Order: sequence, then C-alpha cells, then structure tokens
Amino acid sequence: MAAATTVRGGARTGAPRRVPRPVRPQWRTRAEIAFFITPALVLFALFVVVPVIQAARYSVFAWNGLGPLENFVGFENYTRALGDPVFISAISHNLTIVVLSILIQLPLGLLIALLLNRDLWGRTAMRVIIFIPYVLAEVVAGVVWAMLLQPRGPVNAILEAVGLGEATQLWLADPGIVMVTVMVVLTWKYLGLAIILFLAGLQGVPEDLYEAAQLDGASWWQVQRKITVPLLGPTIRTWGFLSMIGSLQLFDMVWILTGGGPADSSITMAIYMIQQGTERSLYGYASAVAVILFGISFVLAVLYQVFVLRRDTRDAVPDKPRRRR
Amino acid sequence: MNRRRTTFRGGSPLVYAVAVLVLAVTVGPVLYAVMGGFRSNEQLASDPVGLPDPWVLSNYADVLASAAFWNYTFNSVMVAVITTAVVVVFGVMAAYPLARYRFRGREQLYLVFVLGLLFPLTVAIIPLFLMVRDLGLTNTWWGVALPQAAFALPMTIVILRPFLQALPVELEEAAQLDGASRIGFFWRVLIPLSGPGMVTVGVLAFVTSWNAYLLPLLMLQGGMRTLPLGVADFSTQYSADTAGVLAFTSLAMIPALVFFLAMEKRIVSGLQGAVKG
Repeated sequence: MAAATTVRGGARTGAPRRVPRPVRPQWRTRAEIAFFITPALVLFALFVVVPVIQAARYSVFAWNGLGPLENFVGFENYTRALGDPVFISAISHNLTIVVLSILIQLPLGLLIALLLNRDLWGRTAMRVIIFIPYVLAEVVAGVVWAMLLQPRGPVNAILEAVGLGEATQLWLADPGIVMVTVMVVLTWKYLGLAIILFLAGLQGVPEDLYEAAQLDGASWWQVQRKITVPLLGPTIRTWGFLSMIGSLQLFDMVWILTGGGPADSSITMAIYMIQQGTERSLYGYASAVAVILFGISFVLAVLYQVFVLRRDTRDAVPDKPRRRR
Repeated sequence: MNRRRTTFRGGSPLVYAVAVLVLAVTVGPVLYAVMGGFRSNEQLASDPVGLPDPWVLSNYADVLASAAFWNYTFNSVMVAVITTAVVVVFGVMAAYPLARYRFRGREQLYLVFVLGLLFPLTVAIIPLFLMVRDLGLTNTWWGVALPQAAFALPMTIVILRPFLQALPVELEEAAQLDGASRIGFFWRVLIPLSGPGMVTVGVLAFVTSWNAYLLPLLMLQGGMRTLPLGVADFSTQYSADTAGVLAFTSLAMIPALVFFLAMEKRIVSGLQGAVKG
C-alpha cells in the first residue's frame, strides 16, 4: 500500500497539469509495468529459474553440497544413474503408476460421475464427501492407510470377516504386492478429483442434446456413450495430463507408506533423488537424477500435447482480439 | 450452482447402491481414524474395526494438551499465510499489466510464467535446499513460504490473467476520465472487482502449502516443523500407540477439512479453471 502511494505521488510531480485527455508518457507506462511485474519476476527468477538452472549445472559435478564446485565429471552422473538398476526400477514404477492411474481412474471416475449426474437425494453432500480424500494431505492419508494395512489391521480383519481370509496380505511388507497397495491407496486419494472434475464438465453439456436424443428414442447408455463422453473430451484429456504429471513427481504418499521399500520394490524417482541427495549428500548425482526426472516429464508432456491435447487446440475457437488501445 | 434437470431424473436403487458403496469406501478410512482416536490400544488390538466401547477421551485430550501439536499447527498456519499472501499480492500485480497493458514482449513474458508450470518443485528441490541454506533461511517460515509462493505463481497468473482481461475496458476509461491514474485504478477498481479470482488462487495456494511435505521436510527441523511433518514424526515415534497416532492424525485433518468445507466451491472452480486452462 505504501509503495503504491509513493509511486502515485511521484507520478503527480511528473505530470503536474492534467490536460482533458491525458497522453500517457512512455516512460511512465514503462515504470508502471515495471512496478507491477518486478516483484513476481524477481521471486520467480530467484526460486524457480535459478534453481532449475543450478540443477543442470550441479549435475555435471561430483559434489557434496559444501566446498567449491570443482570436480567436473561430465555426464558420468547421468550414465551412473541410468546404469543403476534401482533407479531404472524407480522409473518403471513411476511409468507404471502413470499408466495404471489413468487406466483405473478414468473408467471408474467416468462411470461414477455419469451415475451421480442426476437428481439424486443428497447429491450436494455426496459431492463434498467424495472430494474429501483429495483435500487431505498425502501424509495424513498415508499415515491412516499405513494403520489400516497393518498385518493385524482393519483391512485384513474385514477380509477375514467376509470369508476372504486367503486374500489377506502383508500389504506393505511383501515386495510382490506393495505396488498394488500403492495403487489402491492412490486411487482412493485421487479418484474423487476425477469424479468432481468430470461432474463439473458434465454441467457444460447442453440440455437440448439430451432432449433431442430422447425424442429419437436413445437409451440412457446410448446417450452417455454417443453424446456425454465425447463432449467431456477436453475435461478428460486435461485431467489425464494433471494425473500424469502428478504420478511422475510422486513422493509423499509412498515415502510415508513404505519409504520406497521393502528392498526398493516401491521406490519412485523422487524418493531415489532424496535418498541420494539430502540423505547421502551426493548433490551432483541427485541433481542429475532431477534433470532426468524433468526430462522424462517434459518428453511425456510434449508427447501428450502432440498426440492427445492437440485435438483440443484444433477444435478451439481463436482468441478474441484484445480490446486495448 | 444451478441444478440441471436432465430427462433422466432421479435414481434407481442400483444407482443409490453404487453411491453408498463409493461413499463408504471414501469415508471409511477417515471414520476409522476419527473413531480409532476414541478407542484404547487394547480395543484396537482385539477388534480392529469395532466402535469405541467405552469411549476413550484421553487420546484426544493428550494431543490437545501437548504444546508440540499447537506448535506444529502454528507453524503450518504461518507458512500457509505467508505463502498465500505473497502469491496473491505478487500474482495479481503481475497479472494486471499482462492482462491490461499493451507492450512489446508481453506475450513472451507471459510465456515465461506459463513455462513455469512445467517445472514442479520436486525437480528443483536439491538446488532450492542448498540455496535457502546459503541465504540463511533454513529453518524459517520464509525459507519454505518463498519457494512455495514462487512455484505457485505460474498457476496463479494463468488463472488471474483471463479474469482481469474479462473486466470491461469502459471501467478503466471511466476511471481515467475521473482522474484516476492507472495505479489508482488498480487499487480502487481492479482489486475489489477481482476479489473472487483472488480468493480462488489464494485458496489453492493455501491448501497446497498446508499439505506440503517434501519442502518442509528438507527445510524445517525441531520446533519449526509443520503439521504434516508432525504427523509423520508422531506416527514413527509412537508407532506402538496406535490410538494416539489416530487421534493426532484426526486432529491434524480438522483444519484442512473445515477450510475445505467452507471453501469447497472455490477449490473446485479453481481446479476447473486449471483444467480449462
């Protein structure tokens, strides 16, 4: 507030007399733009641009985060990371999670959203409840699920109570089952987001289409398949993008549930990076891992853009010309 | 929100059955945690899924009486408030010229922020940790809040710019004829009118900060730790005290849930805005 007053005062001395239709001096417009945009630009440069560049720089050094950067190793960190079976399995876990999240949540979320998209009793309350897991911190959800999944915990107890005693598992301790567990918990956490976004997208489907289809004698199922789902396309495609990026960065939930174990059987790229970086002080190496993580995200984002999102831009109406003098 | 009237109105028993199943699976874990907090460890061990019998209040009372819990909460509040304040103020200021001034390089400048969406905090975490250390901000609220605000800026600007662009030009012309400067217009007209947009981005930034784990994990120790760190620490430290952990975790959920219930529409509309992008 104080800053604004100063500038306003300063501006007044710069243009002492007001003509009926003031012509704004060039320098003044520039000063205004600078005044508004500089804080954000500085913050962004300092905490986003610089660290990202630094990550790339550190990645070609062997460095423990203290002393000077002098032990240049070229691409050795990269070749070492890509040659480490643990990191390769971390990459494959992330990719598995990307694919399975979409394959599980898309049909399930769509089905539930379509079923709930009608005048049900308690509909508003339902929406609120469905969204709750998404709002909880991954840590909080992770701690609760770790309790639920204990060997003598509620999940196994329920399975036994309904006669599925043979399905009980060491959910978090069996290397063969732990990724299944992670997928179940992630689905619980993020399905609500898919449902809510799909429901919101369904609000945008014009009413007349339904009426016309009904007059033509279409069944509920036909209407959903031929009208609703295609019109939901843009929402689904963008949700898929968000889901993909989130899956690639996954850290909190797995860190709390398993710490990446047992025996690295649920390790993700981000967990590997933190283990190598802050825990072992291999900062150069961890930076190379970060760059690889970014590279994979970037390539997948571009591929997604080209093969999936392109449909949206092709159909989109061009921007209206801006109404500024 | 206007209630849509489809010709496929109401629900069959099957639809209600699916709805009930989905709701049960959704709230089950949350209810388990809340109810578990009212049970004793003996109750939890003998019957993992039962109701409290008798109801035990001491777990919750112990957590509420501990200074540590309130300390975590206070740190979480401060970090989230600073993050939100910085991102909303800086975001709306930057969005204003990007939306309503015409100057060379404007679209390129906008693109710089948009590209920021591609760089999640995780990718930069190692250099951020080192940089915050070198700035002497390790173990302070600002050391967490400033990077968080910086990484929340792209989304904020992407949501706010179209919002500011949509305000009619006539408003600005009228203000100008009344002798207001562009900066006066910004404070007296634009800020009040863009309230809803600012609340939306503010809520998103607040919730993200409130739930953040990785950055605080690296930056904060001891008495500076936030609630998610507290939950994680408590659950490892007292892992034998299942009831205590459930009580602590349930209490940690409450602020997020209350805030969410109050702001549900904003959060959903913000996410929708992000999806429409």
